[in-house]
Amino acid sequence: MDPVLLLTQVLNGLQFGVMLFLMAAGLTLIFGVMNLINLAHGSLYMMGAYLAATLQQKTGSFIAAIFLAIPLTVLLGMLVETLALRRLYNRDHLDQVLATYGLILFFNELVRMVWGPQAYFMALPQFLSHHIQIFSGLTYPVYRLVIIGVGLGVGAGLYGLIHHTRLGMLIRAGASNREMVNALGVNIRLLYTLVFGLGAALAGLAGMLAGPLMSVEVGMGEPILILAFVVIVIGGIGSIQGAFFAAVLVGVADTFGRVLLPPGLASMGIYILMAGVLCWRPEGLFPAQRT
Amino acid sequence: MTFRTFSYLVFIGFFMTLPLWADVFHTRLFTRILIFALLALSLDLVVGYGGMVSFGHAAFFGTGAYMTGMMSLHGITDALVVWPAAAGAAMLIALPIGALSLRTRGAYFIMITLAFAQMAYYFASGLETFGGSDGMRLLARNTIAGKEILVRHDFFYYAAAGSLAAAFLLCRRLTRSRFGLILGGIRQNEKRMQSLGYATYPYQLTCFVISAALAGLAGALMANETLYISPSYLHWTQSGHALVMVILGGLGTLAGPVLGAIVLLLLEEILSAFTQHWMIVLGPLLILVVLYARGGLHGLWPQKKVSHATTP
Amino acid sequence: MKQKSLLGICFGGLLLVLVFSVNSAASGHAADKVKVGFIATLSGPGASLGTDILDGFKLGLRHCGDKLGGIPVELVTGDDQMRPEVGVQVASRMVERERVDFVTGIVFSNVMMAVARPILDQGLFLISANAGPSLLAGDQCHPNLFTISWQNDQTHEAMGKYLQDQGIKRVYLMAPDYQAGKDGLTGFKRYFEGEVVAEVYTRVNQPDYAAELAQLRAAKPDAVFVFYPGGMGINFVKQYAQAGLKDEIPLYTTAFTLDQSVLAAMGDAALGLVNASFWSPDLDNPVNQRFVADFRETYNRLPSLFAAQGYDAALLMDSAVRSAKGQIGDEDKLREGFRKADFQSVRGDFRFNNNHFPIQNFYIRQVIRNDEGILTNKILGVAFTDHMDAYHQQCPMKW
Repeated sequence: MDPVLLLTQVLNGLQFGVMLFLMAAGLTLIFGVMNLINLAHGSLYMMGAYLAATLQQKTGSFIAAIFLAIPLTVLLGMLVETLALRRLYNRDHLDQVLATYGLILFFNELVRMVWGPQAYFMALPQFLSHHIQIFSGLTYPVYRLVIIGVGLGVGAGLYGLIHHTRLGMLIRAGASNREMVNALGVNIRLLYTLVFGLGAALAGLAGMLAGPLMSVEVGMGEPILILAFVVIVIGGIGSIQGAFFAAVLVGVADTFGRVLLPPGLASMGIYILMAGVLCWRPEGLFPAQRT
Repeated sequence: MTFRTFSYLVFIGFFMTLPLWADVFHTRLFTRILIFALLALSLDLVVGYGGMVSFGHAAFFGTGAYMTGMMSLHGITDALVVWPAAAGAAMLIALPIGALSLRTRGAYFIMITLAFAQMAYYFASGLETFGGSDGMRLLARNTIAGKEILVRHDFFYYAAAGSLAAAFLLCRRLTRSRFGLILGGIRQNEKRMQSLGYATYPYQLTCFVISAALAGLAGALMANETLYISPSYLHWTQSGHALVMVILGGLGTLAGPVLGAIVLLLLEEILSAFTQHWMIVLGPLLILVVLYARGGLHGLWPQKKVSHATTP
Repeated sequence: MKQKSLLGICFGGLLLVLVFSVNSAASGHAADKVKVGFIATLSGPGASLGTDILDGFKLGLRHCGDKLGGIPVELVTGDDQMRPEVGVQVASRMVERERVDFVTGIVFSNVMMAVARPILDQGLFLISANAGPSLLAGDQCHPNLFTISWQNDQTHEAMGKYLQDQGIKRVYLMAPDYQAGKDGLTGFKRYFEGEVVAEVYTRVNQPDYAAELAQLRAAKPDAVFVFYPGGMGINFVKQYAQAGLKDEIPLYTTAFTLDQSVLAAMGDAALGLVNASFWSPDLDNPVNQRFVADFRETYNRLPSLFAAQGYDAALLMDSAVRSAKGQIGDEDKLREGFRKADFQSVRGDFRFNNNHFPIQNFYIRQVIRNDEGILTNKILGVAFTDHMDAYHQQCPMKW
């Protein structure tokens, strides 16, 4: 593989990894703080994409659509949390699995009834549709670079939020010792709803960014949900840093696996990676500290 | 006679006599339900009793089905050979998978079993001799001691029902034995059992492998019922479907997964007859069950006293 | 506790009563109506094709006056959930409970392979409105199986022939890693004699193709041929255009990638792309024009080729029953009727080969924006006239 192609593939892997990180960050946050396995995270990704695509057609602007769709996804996430998921925090993981599986069925069918069974269109805005030359011989689509930028920005923002704000302190405290936070008089219900909203925003954002590149269709959330679970397990559940490094690892490994391995083996690639990592480090690469 | 005994009698009587009065379609529908009940029962053995949430049971189900197909390609069609072989093949696959997966716990265990099942899925999709991703048709149902009696749907129903009953009794025996008690202890507090001097790993692995054998048997039965094997048996949605049956019915009970399989498959059949959009009804129904019927549907069954504790 | 148990028992009883009463009780066979079972994937993701075929089929029935050969028709639908084993169960319901006369629909090849024998072995007629696996066209062909759509390889063969005729030397091939993908590329290579630079199989339902596109660009082929149906096609075509490859290396594909039902979701990325198909909305014959116009009026969208297949399935059944003079109990007469296929199809004249697969033309189409600004396909030329599939000689049936 010549160096230009190699570098292009590294960028492709990074971009795919960053998309996975947006999904995985919310998932691992919700898992880490509320101890909730949320299978409906993929549905929020799908709803984000559909809402943004609809708003883009109504307003004609990609940016406006994103800025309107994010709060809507957050509201939707908080609504779901308040109506159903809130009561599941203290329940067995498997109860959560069943309930959120029910949510997947519900949302998929809802979208099919509202938007129809055919895939939906989301355009790439004109100002992001060109390529730039990074150096001689290597051109790369601007939009994919934007995704990398947004992903890295969100990662940095989350790091700042968790390590340098009061909300972040509560999130860290909540993840390691729930009862303690409660005892300190913090409104834990509100905190949980906020964290869930944050997770929904991240999933929705991932869906919105994917919209112009991919088909906005019923069931688009499930394949990416499985990958996001792979990522958080490799990274260590509850760890944002772990999710970031694991996402990039999975993105790059999958990209090169697809290019270099025969097809059957390439499909298994990331699962072999995950099984390998877990056999070596049974709690992922960056296990979150718990007390 | 207590109300509870009466309920059991009605329940068993219903299933014992079903092929005598039902039409062919319903006999086959309930055959399929009983096979899935067997799969759910096998899954509950690891999830409910062993405390190991396997998200990869489709791999063993599929192994049983493919073993049936492979043997029929080689002209071996007697159920007395094929079905134990299917269960055995599933055990052989489960041994290394379990041995590696048991290094992990909790959500990590869920995901590592999924990973192995996905590998099995892609492996099966690449098997050209078995029709690759499209799958392969089997010529006929297995024979029993050389007699082609399973061709009749009612006889095959009884074969499936008998397999389920045998598996049920085996699981009952197992969970009430010393082995089952130790397993329960491990589920509730692994550290305590270890400090009491029990090597927990072999117990869990044994449980995992036995469960895989039952799943493999279910796969062989399924291949016989549909006369078709395809990688869709190994798809992760199949594992998820079985898991939903177990949770819906009630974890850590023997009747629970059987009830869960019956109710879920009947609901799918009934709702899809009314509307294409049946999932929009089924989804919220599942949520309601979780919110309001704790311990699953098993909690609605007439109880002797307090039901078995689910996972703590 | 007691209350809960009662609730449970009532619930269980209700379920049992319902399951034994829904699916319209088998009233024995009445000679005054003909019953059609429609099996397809109708729920969840992947339901788009099935609902399209069903819409086309219903329109076809309406154009026949809700009768088949003058006998009132009753339609029962079944959802296979895209899983072969569920398909078998639905087939059993159609055969053993509903006692239908014909079964049609069937979107996916794997479901087709699973349900074909259980239906055909009962002496019923199965009219595939989509799936056309090679096995059923070759040595496993069946006297009661008629495929109204195509054999899986055919459309790809048309594109292979077209690129061969265009004098293209080096072509890069891509498809998903499953049976239909392999069949498609095999079909293409049957008629394309130039150099195949690479034959790439990608994961089924893969969302992102950036890595493969980078490899493709580096290989510098003269042309690219891909088979990506449904959502995979939308992903691929959008990303191909966004990678700037559309102006660099021409992309050729089939109607399955650039079908009417997905064009809207691709937008300008699809504009100008060339593809092969047995049908096009602008095919100039009166049946097709009526079909397109009425479909649009009824469902408020342009029909896809899947809808066209469903429509033709209805017309075929109508002609067969008519030709058998309404004697739907007479298997041989009905088979004669199906073989005659005495009807005007959306593709003009229609006839079956010895294996009961169509002998038909294949067209080369291009995606354009029509006068109303809607993306649709327009015929450029003919790739094959009266094309037969590659497997018909392996089928022992003669008539």
